[in-house]
Formats: sequence, C-alpha cells, structure tokens
Amino acid sequence: MFVIITRQAQQLLRLTRPRRLHTTSAQKRYHSSLEKTFDKILIANRGEIACRVIRTAKRMGIKTVAVYSDADANSLFVREADEAHNVGPAPTNRSYLNIEAIMRAIHASGAQAVHPGYGFLSENSSFVKQLDAARVTFIGPKEYAMAAMGDKIQSKIIAKEAGVNTIPGYDGVVRDASHAVAIAEEIGFPVMLKASAGGGGKGMRIAHTPQEAREGFKLASDEAMSSFGDNRILVERYIEEPRHIEIQIIADNHGHVLWLPERECSIQRRNQKVIEEAPSTHLDAETRQRMGEQAVALAQRVGYNSAGTVEFLVDKHRNFYFLEMNTRLQVEHPITELITGLDLVEQMIRSAAGLPLAMAQSDIGINGWAIESRVYAEDPEKYLPSIGTLSKYTEPTGPGVRCDSGITEGSEISMYYDPMICKLSTHGATRAAAISLMNTALDRYLIKGVTHNIPLLRDVISNRDFSSGHITTAFLADHYPGGFKGHRLTRKTTKQLAASAAGLQFIREARENYPLSSVGSEKLFVVLLPQLQSDGSVETLEATVQIAPSSANVSFSGTTEFTAHITLSTGDTCESSMSVTWNIDQPFIDITHDSDASPLTLQFLDPLPLGFRVQFMGTKFDISILSQRQSELIRYMKQEEKVDTSKLVLSPMPGTIVSVAVKQGDVVSEGEEVAVVEAMKMQNVLRAPRAGTIKAVHVTPGSTVGGEDILIELEG
Amino acid sequence: MLRCARSIKTAKRLYATASTKGEEIKARIELKRQAALEGGGQKRIAAQHAKGKLTARERIELLVDPGTFRETDMFVEHQCTDFNMASTKIVGDGVVTGVCKINGRTTFVFSQDFTSFGGSLSRTFANKICKIMDRAMEVGAPVVGLNDSGGARIQEGVDSLAGYAEIFQRNVLASGVVPQVSLIMGPCAGGAVYSPALTDFTFMVRGSSYLFVTGPDVVKAVTNETVTQEELGGAGPHTRKSGVAHDAFDNDVVALARTRELLSYLPQSNREPAAPRLTTDPAERADLALDTLVPTDSHQAYDMKAIVGRIIDDSRFFEIMPEFARNIIIGFARMGGRTVGIVGNQPLVSSGVLDINASVKAARFVRFCDAFNIPLVTFVDVPGFLPGTQQEHNGIIREGAKLLYAYAEATVPKIAITTRKAYGGAHCVMSSKQLRGDVNLAWPTAELAVMGAKGAVGILWRSVEDRGAAEEEYNRVFANPLPAAQRGYLDDIITPSTTRRRIIEELDILKDKRQQNLPKKHDNMPL
Repeated sequence: MFVIITRQAQQLLRLTRPRRLHTTSAQKRYHSSLEKTFDKILIANRGEIACRVIRTAKRMGIKTVAVYSDADANSLFVREADEAHNVGPAPTNRSYLNIEAIMRAIHASGAQAVHPGYGFLSENSSFVKQLDAARVTFIGPKEYAMAAMGDKIQSKIIAKEAGVNTIPGYDGVVRDASHAVAIAEEIGFPVMLKASAGGGGKGMRIAHTPQEAREGFKLASDEAMSSFGDNRILVERYIEEPRHIEIQIIADNHGHVLWLPERECSIQRRNQKVIEEAPSTHLDAETRQRMGEQAVALAQRVGYNSAGTVEFLVDKHRNFYFLEMNTRLQVEHPITELITGLDLVEQMIRSAAGLPLAMAQSDIGINGWAIESRVYAEDPEKYLPSIGTLSKYTEPTGPGVRCDSGITEGSEISMYYDPMICKLSTHGATRAAAISLMNTALDRYLIKGVTHNIPLLRDVISNRDFSSGHITTAFLADHYPGGFKGHRLTRKTTKQLAASAAGLQFIREARENYPLSSVGSEKLFVVLLPQLQSDGSVETLEATVQIAPSSANVSFSGTTEFTAHITLSTGDTCESSMSVTWNIDQPFIDITHDSDASPLTLQFLDPLPLGFRVQFMGTKFDISILSQRQSELIRYMKQEEKVDTSKLVLSPMPGTIVSVAVKQGDVVSEGEEVAVVEAMKMQNVLRAPRAGTIKAVHVTPGSTVGGEDILIELEG
Repeated sequence: MLRCARSIKTAKRLYATASTKGEEIKARIELKRQAALEGGGQKRIAAQHAKGKLTARERIELLVDPGTFRETDMFVEHQCTDFNMASTKIVGDGVVTGVCKINGRTTFVFSQDFTSFGGSLSRTFANKICKIMDRAMEVGAPVVGLNDSGGARIQEGVDSLAGYAEIFQRNVLASGVVPQVSLIMGPCAGGAVYSPALTDFTFMVRGSSYLFVTGPDVVKAVTNETVTQEELGGAGPHTRKSGVAHDAFDNDVVALARTRELLSYLPQSNREPAAPRLTTDPAERADLALDTLVPTDSHQAYDMKAIVGRIIDDSRFFEIMPEFARNIIIGFARMGGRTVGIVGNQPLVSSGVLDINASVKAARFVRFCDAFNIPLVTFVDVPGFLPGTQQEHNGIIREGAKLLYAYAEATVPKIAITTRKAYGGAHCVMSSKQLRGDVNLAWPTAELAVMGAKGAVGILWRSVEDRGAAEEEYNRVFANPLPAAQRGYLDDIITPSTTRRRIIEELDILKDKRQQNLPKKHDNMPL
C-alpha cells in the first residue's frame, strides 16, 4: 500500500514545487491534494515557526489563524496568516502561554486543529487535554505520549523498558542542593543538573565540583521555575566529549513509525544548539540503523503518532545513550527536510487528520548534506541577547540556501521572546559544498540594528576542525576558551583586508572629487587594522598600502581592478592584485584576491570619521584609513581615556534583577556572586569584578535595568 | 619637524656663503620663508604637540587636498614698536592664510598659529585674514577659519581691537554670501569669540578648545564662582547647554576630516547650488520598514533619525548640533545626490515638543539653507510648544517666532512630511502649507489638529459625562490626515514606503523654483 501511494506522490512532485524551500535536489511531496485534512488551523506560536507552519498550511489549502501578543501586532506571521487574534500583552505567561486566551481564539476563529510549533505550549499536556475536551485536534502527539516523554524521569524509565540505551543517573527528583551534591558524588563527577520539565537548555547546568553542583542546583531550579513553572531537577552522569546526535521520527495513528536520518547538533553553547547538520560525519550505517530502531521502539512504546525527536549522546566509540525525546517539531527540522525531501509540518498535519504515513522505511534515503546555522540577536562574545530594531535586514538567497525566519527589515527584537533571528540552512551534494554555501550565505547576510552571532557562526563554519568533522558538544568551549572575540586575522586575511580597505578608500576618494578632477594613478594609504591577539586583547596593526587601479577608470557601480603593494609594520611585504565589485556605499562588496577562484564578500557597514566599518570573515572591523601625513600626525593626538569600570558592576543587558546577594558594607572577594539578572529567560550571574567593600547597591530584586546601567559600586 | 630645521640650516648656510648681491637677497628671502614655515620655533611646536594639538601648518595640510595650498602674506610681519616689539618679530605674524582646494573645490583658509606670540591677534594678523575673506567674497568660495589664539596682542592696544572689528565686519558681509566655518582648536577668548559666533558653523575639539567671553580668573574675581576652563567654555557646555558650538570632535585629525565632509554638502556661495554627488542608492528605492515604524499607539515614541536615515541617500546624515535641543534634529543629507537640509521633530526626546532651544536651533539652520539654495525637507511630529513659566518667562513667544519667521521667509524648495502629530501653532510653524510650503505630504498615521483629544474635549465638552466617548469621537474626526487633505492643506497622503521616491521626484520638479520676497533693505526678524 505504501509503495502505491509513493508512486502517486512521485508523480505529484512534478506538478507541485515548493515556493520558499530552495533545495538543490528535487523535493518529494508525500501528499495528495485530494486528501482531506483540515479547513482551518490555528498556530499557537509566533515568529519564524508560525511563518513556517503557515507556509505549509497554505500549500495544503488550509486557512490559517495566528495568535499574537500586543508586542507582535505588526509581526510578519500576523500579516501572513489568514486571520489573527490578540491573546494578550507582551509577557509570554499572559499571551502565548495563556491557554484560556488561546482557547478563546480557537473558538472565535472556528479552527479545527492547533499546531503548537516548538516551545510555549508545544509540550504542555494540560493544553492538549483542554483541546481534546473542546474536540479540537492537536497537531502533535497524544496527551499520554507527551506527558510520558515530557517528564525526563519517566521518559528514562520508559526508554529502559523499551530497550533503549540510557545514561547512568538518578531516577528520582532531587530534594535540595545537598541532595544534588550527594547524588553527584555517588554517580561521579561531572554531572548534569537539569529541569525535569525542561528543554532547550533552559534550567540546565553542568557541575564538575560539589560547589558547582550546589550552585548549579539553585540556578537550574530557579530557571526551571521561571521557564516552565516546575522546579524539579534531576541529576545524571555527564559524558565528556560527547556528540549530540538525534533521530527524527514520524508516526501516524495507525501504528506506523519511521525513523529519518540523523541530525548532529554538537555545536552548542550553554546546551543551546548553534549549528546543526544532517547527516552526521560520526555515524556509520550500522549505528544509524541501531539508533533509528531504538527511536522507533521508544515511539511505539508510547503510541507515538506525530513528528518527534529522540535525542542521543554519542561517545567517540559510537556508544549512544538516550537523552530525551522531544514530542514536538524540532527547531532544526529544516535540515532533515532538505536531505529527505519531506515536509515535516505536512506530515504532522496529515497524521493529526488521521491519514496514514504515505511511505515506508525503505523510501527514506539521504540526499546530500545540510547545515543549519541559528542566527541569533546576541553578542557572540558574551552570549548576551541584544534587543532593538533591525534597521537593515537582507537575507541571503540562492540555490541551496533556505531561510526560516519570521522577521523583516524594521522588525523589533524584543526582550520578551527568544532572540532568534533566523535559521539559515544550506544544502549541497556534499558536506564541503554545504559548508561553502554556508560561508557565502553568512557573508551575504546583512543585519544591522542589533548585535548578532554571525561572526561566531562564520568562524565555526570556516574552522578546520569543523570542516574535518572533528566536533563534540565542547567544540565552542575548546576552541574559544576565553570566549569568542571575533575573527583572528591570519597572514592571508590581514593582507586581504588591508588591500580591500585601501581599494574601497580609493573608490570613495575618487567619488569625492568626481567629476571635478581626475582620479589619480597611485595612492598611498596607511591602514590601521584591529588585530585580535591570542590573549584576547586587541592591538592595532599598521599596514602601508600603495595602490593603483589597473586602468584609468574607477567604477562606482561595477568592477575596478587594482594592484597593491602592502607593507606591514612587522616588515612583512607582499603584492596583491584584486578586483573590487561594488556599488559605492552599498553593503555588499565582492572582492577577488589574486588568483582565488571565487570572490569573497565583504559588507560595508558604516563610514567612520577616519575610515569605515566593514564585515569581513563574519567579523566587524573598525578600520582607520589615513593618508601618509595623517598617519604621521595622528601620533600627537591624545588617546581617549577609558572610564574605570573595575569598581562597578554594570548590567550586561536590559533585563530584570532576580536577586541581589550583597548589601552596602559587605566585603566580597573577586568573582563572588553579587546579583543575578534575567533577560529572555536566561539568568546571568554577575560577579564582583574585584575584591572589596560594597559601596552602594542601586537595585533590588524585581528592578528593571537597562544595558550598562550601574547596579553595584565597590569602594575605591 | 626635522625637515624644517634642516631647511633653515641650509638657508643660513646659503646666506653666509652668498657672494653676490643677487645671491644674498635670494638667501635672505629663503631665510624668511624658512622662518615663516617654522613659526614659533621647535620648542613651542613640541609644546603644542604635547598638548595633543597640531601646528597651524600641519592642520592646513590635513584640511586641504594634498599639494593645493597656496599661501598669501607669508612674509608679513607686525609693525608694532611699543614695548620693544620691534625686536621680536615672527615671520608671518602668527597666522597662516591662503587658498586651497578641498574635495577639488576652491576654499579660503586661515590657521592661527599658537606657537607664534600665542596666536595673539595683531593688526597685521587681522589684515591677513581680511585679505583672504575679501577675496573669498569676490570669487564666491567658502572660508574656513582654524582658531587657536590667546586673544588680542595687548602690546598693540587698540590696533588689535580694530583688527578684530575688521574681521567681524567681514564675517557679517560674507554671511549669506559664502559659507563660513570655524574650528576652535585651542583657546578662543574675549572679543575673539565673536568671529566664530558670526560664522555659519562652529566646531570644537574635545579637551583642547575653549570659548568664553571672560575666563575662569575673571569669573572668580567678579562673581566669586569657581569654575574650570572646561566647565566654563569647553566642548561639553557649548555643544549641550549654550548651543554656541555646532558639534565637537575627538581630536584635530578627526575635526579636520569632518570639516572636509561638511564642506562637501555645501555650495561654494549663494550664487550656485551645492554640487551634486554620485550615488548608487536608487531614487525609487521603496522602504517597506517605514510602513510599520511609526507605532500604532500615538503615545509611544520612535526615533525620527531612524526614519530620516531610511529615506536619504545611503543613510548618510551629517547632523548639526546633535547634543543640543535634542527634541529637534537638523543636518545635511543628500537625496538623489543633491544636498538637502533636514529638519525633524524628535519624538524620542520630550515628545518632539518645540521649546526655546529647539526653535532657535532649527531657525538658524533653516536660514542657512535658504541663504545657500539648499532645499528643506521637514519631518513633522510635533505635539505643540512647551508650556510653563520657565519657557514663557524666557520668551518662547519671541524665540518660537524665529522658527516661524525662518520658514515663512524661506524661498528655497520646502517639502514637509507629517509622520504623526501636527498640533496647534507648532503645526503652523513646521513648514506648513500656508508658510509657502511647496509640497506638504502626510503619512496615514498623521493627525493634524488644534490639539489632542484630551485637551479638546476638556474645552469643548466640559459638561459631558462620558469623556471617553467624546474623545473617541474627536479622534475619529481629527486623528487622521483626511480633514487637512480635504481642505488642500496637505497635497497628498502617501504610503510611507514611497517617501524617498516621492521627495526626490518633487525636488526634481522644484529644482528651478524661483521665488522672491518683496524688495527691502533687510527684514526685521525677531531677535
């Protein structure tokens, strides 16, 4: 039966093409337009995932209903839905988590089914219960399966019963911090403390010592309480050098469960996924098969009937351990779609409508390689969320590039919600092709107005260990032990950047005089580059660039060829020839250096008083470009004096003070916790910058603070 | 500096070895030339550098296109004989003057030399400045003054004062004829401050420049107030409180680079338009973000600078007085390559209300643009004039009238876009149709009315029980641009995303606009 429908589907595929899913391969569609699913569904979510679900629903001829908070009234998903209902003010517990208001929107709109997206109510079994009672279909698993898998303690027990490998740990609820320490000592350090109800890295802490276990328990349970309203914590052995590899399953109401090729999500920070890929370089066919079969066994055990994900930790010997099962559509589902040709949202909707899966396990293959980068509005150096308006926003496009986002230029990244901007996925025939596409896509991604993590993504994607597949969940910690601070210029990239900067300046100066006087044949610029050092400090590298265009004309909206002679302050010299393609002062610049086959894309971001800011290799560089005379004279200028912040504890971001651990007159040692600030549901411990006596405390728990606000002062 | 010293040495050797009369004269000339180039000598130059300041000549080098400076009056020396001054002469007498190219365009420049007599102003010093100012007016080219002077040369007495007055007279005659830019790059005190005050733009250098009529010592003696130079007349107070300076920059190098940038926006004189500049920003570029940037809640603030940035060429805005009266923004931008003067109420600061400082700030800018053929593009979101005794007693009536006057008399193309509120008298002031606005546009979010709903209901329906319903009714009628458009007070209501294209098209239509006010000796604007 499966085979027959599959053939039908393959015929259909020639007729229907996806609109926004750019892939290099043909996209298979296991869905017939004759199938009856729903007339109207409501999406109980916001942002990119709401847009994602709307897209598939539209293609299936289903009307869509958006629910939105006051803060989202102008959002893209609200505009894209057929109708939209306000469900309350900005805070999530009063809008997107407000079951009562969402139920009202369901009744008012007459939606027959609800897609929950991920997060929010997607794994809230009491919401499913209420939907069941109201005879509204939940596009997701049954309440029993959700509840069973949603509770990490219970899910582990069920997994064991289903014959799934599990990690050694304590199968009960931890009573308090001391209990956590006792358990940790029994299992052996390091241990992981995590919220029983949690997911997505919220309420998770790793502890290597009893003290960390004690501290981690407190933070994890506080975060668990604020994120999930449930502060139960569990403890388990933390496997070092693990890789996070997960199996996507799809199931129907007729007892069929299929496993799809794995996703590797090892590039994480604070247990939040940053870069994912499918398939994994680490698995062989046999391991893949065993993992897939265990995942299916677990799903069958709980009568699973929708899309779900079974997460495993895999060690270097390819031993794998069950981590948890996510009973929802996973954030990183696009890469699975890219390599399988399936539309997982469609599969969920079909299954919810009672239709059987339209394919067999043998129909599932792996087509090429896909990588997803999670583009976040956050400072990649401190991992702090950044809020603001996207003053400029241009997504990369092209074959093999897919953007799942819910924002447009002018959108607001607010402090109320997850700061994710976009899931940028690339799909190529090979892993190398997908990586190369991702590098270009990141360079062609223009985001201004908020700080974003493209510098980090670009650096990881072009990292040698990444490209050779040598990754673990500790990748970021290992490669950026002092935190990521930006691209470190190599000899090659220094030369490229210095020559590029001189080329841009040549064109800009030629424009100043245009059309009054001729361009001039040769110019000398002193280029000052901020060069990140191995210890994290930044030093100014001086490069003298003698540059001349190859022909008499400089193009303000096309390509100009240059030859440049570069002398670094270290004495190192080199010649460079390059072609610069630029619409002057527009953001994207394509520069081909020497004999490089393909151009490198730089972004011209802003002019500075003595130069400009460009994005190069993902990182922003503030470059000063001086005439020779300016460079001779600038040494007389006084350096700006930096404000001494060593006595101050500043708010790292806008947020709310959760707790203050000190009062005026207290004596603190360096690194001691002084306050906790929460923004976007992440709690950040602020520590004393040095030992001393507290001079003043300017905030109390509950205070709303802005970025850089002075919270606590130490005696001088 | 080695270069200079070596030359002086060479000049001295030439002089010592000269054998014929011709050779001797040549050598003497060369000796004078080298002395002029050196100014106050190596010691004083080193002291200048130690203060983070450049010398008069170094500043010129950074200001002008390389190799284009032609010096005038290099050999001038003072004529004073009192107080043994005849024996202390410095060639050039403390100021370097001449003509140069900046971005390829002729510009006259003077640069006061603090290393020579502390940059003090003598009669001959003043004459040098007056000479280039006269030439600038004749040929129609901007004047840039680099100020770094201890004040009047006391030894010269009233001659020095006469020198100042000669400069003031020329500043006034040149006003509205050629652009005049002053950079304060050191002390500028006493009578000297009035020359920059008469010019169009005054920029300061943070940490090394001061402007005051009387210094801290006199202040202490007269008012017993203890104050530092920086607190009294540094860049901070003058850019934020007094509004005397139009901006301040971190150091000499940046200040000179930014001055070049400002000049690129300005015309050479009132006889011609500003030179257009090549741009690759498409004139028809639609900006969809504009359609949602003005908040739906009319009490919520938004950044008018962000709106302006999305409309002008390449988001490049040369803001004037960014720190002063931040409730209004003014500055230069380009649209389709042509310079425009931007004026905009800033809802982020005090709801964009018009107060004394905002009115004066914008009025002077509007008059500059009008004098120099720069079209005005005004973005309106103004809740009214600021109420209160502080404002009334300090003359908001008189000061507010300046902005009204400036818009009313201006004959350059005037385009206004009302983005949201335009209430009461402030609506009339902000480039309204009746003040000969050429093109008055509104976004659908605009509300043009005498006042907001609350105030109006309080007056009109004092006795009505249901204030809320009355306010709603008032809003239904007035909280939209239709009433004004129905009366022709708005020429059109446009979709915000089309604003850039529309302004550029209107500017193109208006580029040959000719309008003249009635002949008169001069006007009598409220001062």
